[in-house]
Amino acid sequence: MKETFLLDGSTIPFEPGQTVIQAALAAGHYIPHLCYHPEFKPHGSCKLCTVKINGRTVASCTMPAEAGLQVESEIEELNALRRSLVQMLFAEGNHFCPSCEKSGNCLLQALGYDLEVHATGFRHLYPDRPLDASHPDILLDFNRCILCELCVRASSEVDGKNVFALSGRGITKHLIVNAESGKLSDTNISLTDKAMQVCPVGVILPKRVGFSVPIGERRYDQRPISAQALDDAPRQTDAGGNCAACEGTP
Amino acid sequence: MLPDNEIRFDASGQAWLDQLVQRHQSRASQLLQILREIQEHFGHIPHRIVTELAQKLSIPRARIESVASFYSFLHLKPHGEYRVLFSDNITDRMLGSLPLMELMCQQLWLQPGKVSEDGLVSIGTTSCTGMCDQGPALLINGRSVTKLNHQRVQEIVQLIRNRTPLADWPADFFRVEDNIRRSGLLLDSALAPGELLRAALSSGALNVVESIKASGLRGRGGAGYFTGLKWEACRNAQGVEHYVVCNADEGEPGTFKDRVLLTRQPDLVFEGMTLCALAVGAKKGFLYLRGEYRYLLEPLQAVLQRRRNDKLLGTSILGQAGFDFDIEIHLGAGAYICGEESALIESLEGKRGVPRNRPPFPVTHGYLQQPTAVDNVETFCQAVLALHMGAEKYRAIGTAKSTGSKLISVSGDCQRPGIYEYPFGVSVREILRDCGAVNTLAVQVSGPSGVCVAESEFDRRLGFEDLPTAGAFMIFDDSRDLFEVARNFVHFFAHESCGFCTPCRVGTSILKQTMDKIAAGHGTRYDLSEVENLDRVLQTTSHCGLGRTACNPVLHTLKHFRPSYENKLKSLMFSPAFDLDGSLARARQMTGRNDAGAHLKEIE
Repeated sequence: MKETFLLDGSTIPFEPGQTVIQAALAAGHYIPHLCYHPEFKPHGSCKLCTVKINGRTVASCTMPAEAGLQVESEIEELNALRRSLVQMLFAEGNHFCPSCEKSGNCLLQALGYDLEVHATGFRHLYPDRPLDASHPDILLDFNRCILCELCVRASSEVDGKNVFALSGRGITKHLIVNAESGKLSDTNISLTDKAMQVCPVGVILPKRVGFSVPIGERRYDQRPISAQALDDAPRQTDAGGNCAACEGTP
Repeated sequence: MLPDNEIRFDASGQAWLDQLVQRHQSRASQLLQILREIQEHFGHIPHRIVTELAQKLSIPRARIESVASFYSFLHLKPHGEYRVLFSDNITDRMLGSLPLMELMCQQLWLQPGKVSEDGLVSIGTTSCTGMCDQGPALLINGRSVTKLNHQRVQEIVQLIRNRTPLADWPADFFRVEDNIRRSGLLLDSALAPGELLRAALSSGALNVVESIKASGLRGRGGAGYFTGLKWEACRNAQGVEHYVVCNADEGEPGTFKDRVLLTRQPDLVFEGMTLCALAVGAKKGFLYLRGEYRYLLEPLQAVLQRRRNDKLLGTSILGQAGFDFDIEIHLGAGAYICGEESALIESLEGKRGVPRNRPPFPVTHGYLQQPTAVDNVETFCQAVLALHMGAEKYRAIGTAKSTGSKLISVSGDCQRPGIYEYPFGVSVREILRDCGAVNTLAVQVSGPSGVCVAESEFDRRLGFEDLPTAGAFMIFDDSRDLFEVARNFVHFFAHESCGFCTPCRVGTSILKQTMDKIAAGHGTRYDLSEVENLDRVLQTTSHCGLGRTACNPVLHTLKHFRPSYENKLKSLMFSPAFDLDGSLARARQMTGRNDAGAHLKEIE
């Protein structure tokens, strides 16, 4: 008999070591998220997955699941906070959806639609973030970076390359690459790297494949992100009952 | 100063770097300490050395850049032979720091935040340097200069122009007074070094934990967790090693009591840490000293050496076989967030000072994921006193839920700024009377993240029951504009946000813009309601206390001093933040216009 907690009134079973969002997604219940990725250890930075547990707000991606928790997620109070967070991310970077190659495949944009963000809300910060087009096959457009660190984590943990890192502090924090010149062409990144696949927005793009699928026919043009996120969630655990991406699993 | 690409890195430079890395056992966890020494040696961290260091430590160079760029006092580009940073706390401003900075900039022909063209000097601002009782203050190449005035600034300008080495500057510039105005059991303590340790060894480690628990001692860093429970949890936690960490990263603006304790009572601090080591079973301890207190490093190391010589540190302390413990001092490098205990541990490990996800907590997973007891400087001192006096006598001081005494750092509008020791439970009014404050409008208790207390609340008492405090007590009289106080604090939070989580990283910057918009006379009622909206997001979704409390200064001053906001507002409900003329100003400047209609003043 598995242990369970309550999410918006539904009973959610969980494995030891799972966090609230992992158990929820595995059970077919969506909680909005951006920096969380089912193949990586939870990060806890975007705060989109904030839920209310016994009256306290916490990030559900890093909160260990416990028996008997009363979790609220799909309530207007939390969705209002999530809308503000999405608005903050749009205000922080330079996001021009209509001309972006990632439009329709972008998690930030899809979340914006799903949460019904109708306006920017905050004053744009218009940061100066020059592109890095030095690499023959890969373009970096830092304007769209939301600092989720997924590329940093993928390059270090999966590719074993440490191509990406974060530099600066606070609002000046930004993505850098591991090269004396500071240019991507002087790193050992390759098109087949995991780091190439994980960017939720449009920072890391392969060159010469732009707009091969027309806007309107892309992933989140078909079905909202809340419906599709569940497709990516790991539903199975290994024979030992561990899920590959769970907190605390080596 | 040599440009970065001309830094000579010959055989002697190579040998220096080799020695430095060896002294730190080529450990990547020492990265911040290594970088700090490189910064001190070269005045910045040369590009070439980043490459060399990455090889020597077997880490990616991007990690070195990532760590160095997190800390305000480390520079990856040349930043001037003389690097001047004016302390920018509101108390420095009230003492006239801004006109003095302007004067220095004029006389040295440069703009704030820039390096002079000859590479001689840079002038900028930094968060509170902990000299609020003797400001305005500045840091020059990491050394504190106090009591600035017109004359002292002009003397500094001359010394810089003449390229006089810092070692030859008048010692008076660097004098830091203790300014103890009222002492109590802690500041008056005359315990001999080792006295309590000897007693504790005979009564046993478990007894130390029980006595501290019984004394009701709570952490003096602000949060007020029960020290005895923390030590007990750490003692009981499973681990290969246990660690003791003293948090001397006294960064909360307006606080300077740890500075005085580390000057006057360093033996109590180290004795407290050693007692804690006995209690939790630690062999190694760290004192994390804020970079602003760099001048305390050598004196503190001398005290540690004396204690080693006296068998109060090292192996078989006081002859007790198996009781081994030593303390290492780590220096911070300009990051307020490292005062948060898990960020401090990250920084100790040589990383960016980003607060960790909790649980797990440091008592079970701290330094190098091992059980770690992190306590404030004053807490370790109080622990010694609590053991010395015995739980019953100690509990008799202070209040039921806040036992013992508390050091208060008094600054701002009063006749006698400095350190005051009171039993917990003292009222705001009593402190104001003792320090000679008149016509007081408000007091900021416990720094920007604390509470703004207005006159109607001056009978409130300091203690965990009512007004918890880490010790800051900044006084504002009726000549001050509390809006400007809040704006200064908001700038502080935006500058010090680590940038890890969305709400704090973006929210503190938006709040700063809103306050600047109001200050510039463009604010409306809509902006005030936006502050409340921002507060809801920051308070409920931020990763740590910095973001959660960042709106407090605005909310508290709005509550008590709303007119000082409202009289700056336009009468409109809404005015756009976007300034058309301001945005066109640069283009107009490029076409050679300089008339009033070109709005050149709006170019930052």
